[in-house]
Amino acid sequence: MSDHRLPKPDRPWMMRTYAGHSTAAKSNELYRGNLAKGQTGLSIAFDLPTQTGYDAGDELARGEVGKVGVPVAHRGDMKVLLDGIPLDQMNTSMTINATAAWLLGLYIVAAEEQGATEDQLQGTTQNDIIKEFLARGTYAFPPAPSMRLIADMVAYTVTNVPKWNPINICSYHLQEAGATPIQEIAFAMSNAIAVLDAVRDRVDESLMPQVFSRISFFVNAGVRFIEEHAKLRAMSILWDELGRERYGVTDDKLRRFRYGVQVNSLGLTEAQPENNVQRIVLETLAVTLGRDARARAIQLPAWNEALGLPRPWDQQWSLRIQQVMAFETDILDYPDIFEGSKVMDGLVAEMLEGSRAEMAVVAEHGGAVEAVPYMKAELVESHRARIRKIETGEMKVVGINDYRETEHSPLTDDSEGGILVVDSAVEAQQTDALVKWRSERDQPAVDAALAEVARVAATPDENIMPATIAAARAGATTGEWSATLRNAFGEYRAPTGVGEAAGSVAGDEELEGLRDEVDRVSEAIGRRIRILVGKPGLDGHSNGAEQIAVRARDAGMDVVYEGIRLTPSQIAASAVQEGVHVIGLSILSGSHRELIPSVIGALKEAGAGDVPVVVGGIIPDQDVPELTAAGVAAVYTPKDYDLTQIISEIVALVAERNGVAQSA
Amino acid sequence: MTEPRGSALGHRLAGRDLTAAPDALNLLESSASADSADRQDLLRATSPAVLGYEPAGHVVGITGPPGAGKSTLISVLVRELRAANRSVAVIAVDPSSKRSGGSLLGDRARIDFDPADKNLLIRSMATGDRLGGLARPTRDAAAALSAAYDVVIVETVGVGQSETEIADIADTVCVVVQPASGDALQFIKSGIMEIPDVLVVTKADLGQIAQRARRDLHSALRSLGATKTSVVAVSSVPPASGITDLIDAVDAHAESVDLATERAGRRRAQALTEFAEEHGRKGMTALGGRRAAVKEVKTLDPTLDVPQMVAELLRRAEA
Ligand code: B12
Ligand SMILES: Nc1nc2c(ncn2[C@@H]2O[C@H](COP(=O)(O)OP(=O)(O)OP(=O)(O)O)[C@@H](O)[C@H]2O)c(=O)[nH]1
Ligand SMILES: [Mg+2]
Repeated sequence: MSDHRLPKPDRPWMMRTYAGHSTAAKSNELYRGNLAKGQTGLSIAFDLPTQTGYDAGDELARGEVGKVGVPVAHRGDMKVLLDGIPLDQMNTSMTINATAAWLLGLYIVAAEEQGATEDQLQGTTQNDIIKEFLARGTYAFPPAPSMRLIADMVAYTVTNVPKWNPINICSYHLQEAGATPIQEIAFAMSNAIAVLDAVRDRVDESLMPQVFSRISFFVNAGVRFIEEHAKLRAMSILWDELGRERYGVTDDKLRRFRYGVQVNSLGLTEAQPENNVQRIVLETLAVTLGRDARARAIQLPAWNEALGLPRPWDQQWSLRIQQVMAFETDILDYPDIFEGSKVMDGLVAEMLEGSRAEMAVVAEHGGAVEAVPYMKAELVESHRARIRKIETGEMKVVGINDYRETEHSPLTDDSEGGILVVDSAVEAQQTDALVKWRSERDQPAVDAALAEVARVAATPDENIMPATIAAARAGATTGEWSATLRNAFGEYRAPTGVGEAAGSVAGDEELEGLRDEVDRVSEAIGRRIRILVGKPGLDGHSNGAEQIAVRARDAGMDVVYEGIRLTPSQIAASAVQEGVHVIGLSILSGSHRELIPSVIGALKEAGAGDVPVVVGGIIPDQDVPELTAAGVAAVYTPKDYDLTQIISEIVALVAERNGVAQSA
Repeated sequence: MTEPRGSALGHRLAGRDLTAAPDALNLLESSASADSADRQDLLRATSPAVLGYEPAGHVVGITGPPGAGKSTLISVLVRELRAANRSVAVIAVDPSSKRSGGSLLGDRARIDFDPADKNLLIRSMATGDRLGGLARPTRDAAAALSAAYDVVIVETVGVGQSETEIADIADTVCVVVQPASGDALQFIKSGIMEIPDVLVVTKADLGQIAQRARRDLHSALRSLGATKTSVVAVSSVPPASGITDLIDAVDAHAESVDLATERAGRRRAQALTEFAEEHGRKGMTALGGRRAAVKEVKTLDPTLDVPQMVAELLRRAEA
């Protein structure tokens, strides 16, 4: 037998599509369709209210119900969502974090109703709160109680739901927020240590090897796919080391680095969107090519990632990429093809060295929880550097800063511009359905169950899961469970990281010129130009707002940025109190048609109707006229990659509105 | 004829019309020469000389090293003060970038507020080219707002204590330190830091080390003979603790001093500084030198606002 071939090809990885929108029934239909097309696992996208613990009808849920995922408010919704899908056999991944304990509770109850038992259930709850603070934004409670909820879930599942992955440590989102490969590795590993240490306090020491083996990762793979592959090999080495040295796991099998992946989406472009297909294919190679660090599960974004939500056909195209890769190529036929490669070994050594040093810095800060402000600031800084490279052309992005000339793309020709548009009637439907649900349930039983959740929350030694499952069974809602815990634990606002980002380096002449202009206009107005950068609604996409804030400061403006998840009236009040000259709103989640007019309305009500408003984010062309009619002065989208250019247009707008003449 | 903008805003503030505050601050921040007369009118309308009484608002300075927990503390302070139905204005000062002149006004993000609460104002200011932890308009802003709000809280930029100017504008100065940082102890002992009215040790939720820090600071102060300074340990993260103790300590300090005299003294010192800045050595010589000037300024009507005092000094210098 030759050792350059496997005796028989490997089994392919699990293939998933991250999906869900509108209602539980609509999403169920979608899942069944995807499974029929050869998808082998489920990956549930919840809407932002469900992820942050609000019910439809809550002020904070406005514009977001059923938009970027499916709303699941109670066991009835969960039952419909999974109808006809046998949970004793399915492997389900749920992208759920702050409210993970609750959604797992609903899942267990839905399985129970199907006749499946806890020990049969397979799947993953994402459940990684540190990366929510750092990059993803769907947190609900302060760090300490959030870590406790995670530890409770791990402790509960390791004995009761043994095939479940209670947490997926995520490095994926860090790269999407600008992380370098080294930061991705180091921050994720430090995060894993924080979780394992927290669990160690809550389970019997003898269970730790078992606990260690249940921790899986969710990683990213960028288009520099050779380096990215090296990153994964480095991660698997570090994980093995950690298991052996820090947690005393002696069984090799229990120390295996298991990961799922979604490939990079930050680099997928709005301009010439068809190019994204080759980017996705190349990125997939990073996680499939080398057998020693191959993904267990893969989900791919679609060609229209930067335009809006994918339709079933777009997602099918991405699933077919995986199938071609697995079933037509010979990727699965060989042992590890990088073994003995000088290049690969060299890259891995670099990664190991860099990430060990960075992990030591995080440890010096007192571990991942304490180091959240540090890590956040580092991410904002890395992203600033990345964008700067695109602006200067040092990093080429085809169709963005080079090779921009293009034929017309037929892909976006339909009336919706080649994306899925969720019916806005869904919000009212879900709100009404919830009223009905509440009127039909046994209210005293729900009250008692929630009181028990509150009691356990206030008793740190008890595990939150049994009371949570009981409340799910009783018919409580996502918003009610979350409100109970918000009451017990308090709320939290994560650091923004923008204050610490380095100023632009000298020698940026365009920026120097802009500073002169900011000084000139400020002088004429009497006060330094002041901008408020605001993120209304539940949208957690902070990259754009952060980078605009940093660049505005670097251009010489005074910048008010309060972070994500503000209500329109909070934004309006801040604008008035701070006396700003211009307001920049950033929305990427698709709720701009509801929220932008609300903010403008709130500004008028607060007496600041004359302050000009500009908007940025994922704003489809066809929505621009509506926003302009509502009073928006300018709209920016990912095509507008030159931040200095954007800021200089804003300065011109402020000058014009304040009667400052153009400079000679 | 309608009343000029500056005095109109000043009168509204003096009448406790809090909706005038943002515009009043815009005006006080303006460096445009066209706004200069309005600015002076506003200050005059809120000065003790015109009001006939010391503005009742208690100006509380919060200072301390970067990241000590000043803004987070203000967030819970504000909640308590509002629950006690006291109106609050917060002026949060952040540093400006030397290279670009711009700033990220980040304190605000740490202070929770209810947008429907009309009795709470949070306003950020950037230091610009000033050292000392405050912005150029902070003094005027605090003075004017104290005519309208029950409490005016001023957060300085995170500074080494030696640089802070907060004592020149606040009725009560709270220095905020983290446990185990050691800074405060050292600063106090070496005399770099002026002895604060209230010393706050944050992050009491971290347990033992915070309590120990509180005790150490307490005895250090006593050994220096600073018997009046209260030392309070607080936690600003849920479950918050020590906040009512802090409010009590701050209130007790205000009651222990003669506000009118203290403020007049600060206005006089400020007037002298501004006079010296504007009129240089020549001006000082005309007053008979620094020592004579210090005596001269003490003879001024204590209820005058700072620009009036400066004008009066100039008149005497020219006489
Ligand atoms: C990075 C990213 C993430 C990161 C966000 C990290 C972070 N902290 O920002 C992570 C991985 C966490 C993430 C998560 C999710 N994402 Co996402 N994400 C993206 C992605 C790939 C890139 C966005 C980005 O950061 N670009 C870089 C920045 C610099 O560009 P930008 O924000 O567009 O800003 C530019 C302009 O728009 C403009 N601009 C933006 N804001 C402002 C503000 C002002 C004042 C001005 C003047 C200009 C301006 O200027 C910038 C200059 O170029 C987009 C798709 C894409 N390729 O665009 C999807 C995308 C936005 N995500 C999407 C979704 C659905 C999600 C999730 C909600 C999925 C789910 N169901 O859970 C989650 C949850 C996030 C949440 N809490 O809200 C959808 C939104 C769909 C829609 N609009 O209909 C998109 C479009 C992908 C898709 N096609 O499905 N995401
Ligand atoms: N554990 C704990 N952390 C706190 C407490 N108060 C503040 N912090 C944390 O300390 C960090 C700094 O808090 P800030 O309130 O921004 O500190 P600051 O002194 O205003 O900082 P600057 O304005 O930048 O000088 C944040 O991460 C807070 O969450 C506290 O009582 N306990
Ligand atoms: Mg602060």
